[in-house]
Amino acid sequence: MNLWLVLAGNSVAFGGLLFLLSAGFSLIFGLMRIPNLTHGSLSMIGAYFGTSLIAAGCGFWAAAIAAGIGVAILGGLIERLLLRRLPGAELAQVLVTLGLSFMIADLCLMGWGGDPIEIATPPVLRGATLIAGVAFPTYRVAVITVATVIASGLWVLLERTRLGAMIRAGVDDPAMARVVGIRVSRLFTIVFCLGAGLAGFAGVIGGPILSVYPGLDQDMLPLALVVVILGGSGSLVGSFVGSFVVGFLYNFGQAMLPELAYVVLFLPMLIVLVLRPQGLFGRAAP
Amino acid sequence: MRWLALSVSLVLLATVPFWVASDYYVNIASQILLYAVFALGLNVLVGYTGLVSLGHAGLFGIAAYAGAIFINGGADHLIAILGALAATLLAAAVFAVLTLRGTGLGFVMITVALGQIVWGVAYRWISLTNGDNGVSITSRPAPFGLSLATAPGFYWATLLVFLAAVVTIAIFVGSPFGASLRGTRDQPRRMNALGYHVWMIRFLAFLFSGLWSGVAGMLFLYYNQFVSPQVVALGASAEALLMVIAGGTGTLLGPIAGAALVVMKNVASAYISRWNLVLGAIFVTIVIFMPEGLVPGSVRLWRWAVDRLHPRDVEPGRGARQKSGA
Repeated sequence: MNLWLVLAGNSVAFGGLLFLLSAGFSLIFGLMRIPNLTHGSLSMIGAYFGTSLIAAGCGFWAAAIAAGIGVAILGGLIERLLLRRLPGAELAQVLVTLGLSFMIADLCLMGWGGDPIEIATPPVLRGATLIAGVAFPTYRVAVITVATVIASGLWVLLERTRLGAMIRAGVDDPAMARVVGIRVSRLFTIVFCLGAGLAGFAGVIGGPILSVYPGLDQDMLPLALVVVILGGSGSLVGSFVGSFVVGFLYNFGQAMLPELAYVVLFLPMLIVLVLRPQGLFGRAAP
Repeated sequence: MRWLALSVSLVLLATVPFWVASDYYVNIASQILLYAVFALGLNVLVGYTGLVSLGHAGLFGIAAYAGAIFINGGADHLIAILGALAATLLAAAVFAVLTLRGTGLGFVMITVALGQIVWGVAYRWISLTNGDNGVSITSRPAPFGLSLATAPGFYWATLLVFLAAVVTIAIFVGSPFGASLRGTRDQPRRMNALGYHVWMIRFLAFLFSGLWSGVAGMLFLYYNQFVSPQVVALGASAEALLMVIAGGTGTLLGPIAGAALVVMKNVASAYISRWNLVLGAIFVTIVIFMPEGLVPGSVRLWRWAVDRLHPRDVEPGRGARQKSGA
């Protein structure tokens, strides 16, 4: 009985981590209509930035935020210098992000070597917390809290601010948004920076759970993809719910059907794609 | 002129084992040819049908795994090859039915999901696929008593399969069916209005493309005598797509050039440690500056240069498209 509760708790924590990773992916997908295949790589390079900052004596949270900002700038450069040159050519944009992901992976290998780097859990968050009589790692509780705070922040940004209204307009109907005077191309840059920054931040936050290693990008990207397909691109609620669904599928799949763990993960995505291509919470394409 | 070029390249290809220095280079040539078969097959879908697949390594890998499992189960090589190709065709049919529910990005995403499922099975279903350790086979076939165990022997067998692929695919895309294929790529609604069964045309193209991917997968299995989940990973599908796009979609020569580029990269990566970086940079550069691919792009540059030197020499209206008959 205890085992299932721990497993469920881990699933929720992993879901929180996935949400940090996939919220930006979902917004980029929804607004720019491209699956940004560098997303896993941006998260990984963020994690590596974090390890260097921590090694240089920076605090954990400061390192996470600084890495997020650094990756946001990198994302902005990618959008401005490369994706901007291929307006409307979604396929070409996807291929550019794929090529970039190869480059970033190799740059990380060059800069930080091939050995996994552990990120130490911040001292305050070591040990376990008792929740409903079950001992649960404190750090995972913290991850859930951070994810919830960021989810609320994003919700306020999207639903209660002028910028958020413009982004939603861009997701729903980019052509009409342009007609009413919204500079959709500027939104592209903002959303890309925001998404990249969150991915970089998530990389550092995930560090104490997953550690940082070459190939982290390829492990995380498919998960973000599943989350966004399940939830529906451009939908914040969708990626929130999708993250936890994937968190549960991943953890319970590994524990109960280890041989078919990835089938358990990708089959729901396939079913959703075939039966409801816009995702569970997405809106049908106009 | 064209026939001359064709005969010279055929003679060159057939005599590779005589004029290259060692078996090592013969093996590289075999690899280029086997990946060229894969890229040519994928190109039927990407270039001529306009459907971009990021899951084709799945079909390639299904053939290789099925072949390995048949052979280790004691099957004859001929039976194993036929069985593996039948399994690939069956998988391609399932893939096609599912993926053709979407077009554009939807299609790409479904192929990713399918490719990942195949990878997940290869990686985790240890009782069937031996997981990360992969499956080995112990022998190459010896058709009509000719051993393929040596590097030149295997090269010639691969060359025969490669030529069969080039000829079949050239006939396929040059036929009226090939024309309807390009029609569904450029104007699906108009084709539908003209009474063509767009879905069926795409379905058949998918099967044909899958079949050649399976053939390439079997060649891969026999070449390495080993198959592991690496073969069906997302990166492998991406690499195959890179071959097609880097070389030039919708041409016959493009995927071959692309396959040569990627195999060279894999070979060179043993000597130059930063090859992935270079590969990524090549990829980005090609997409941004030569979006039609290396072969049509170079043809365009060459024509442009000729045009500058002899302004009257080039007939107007002869685009890169006429290359496709080569």
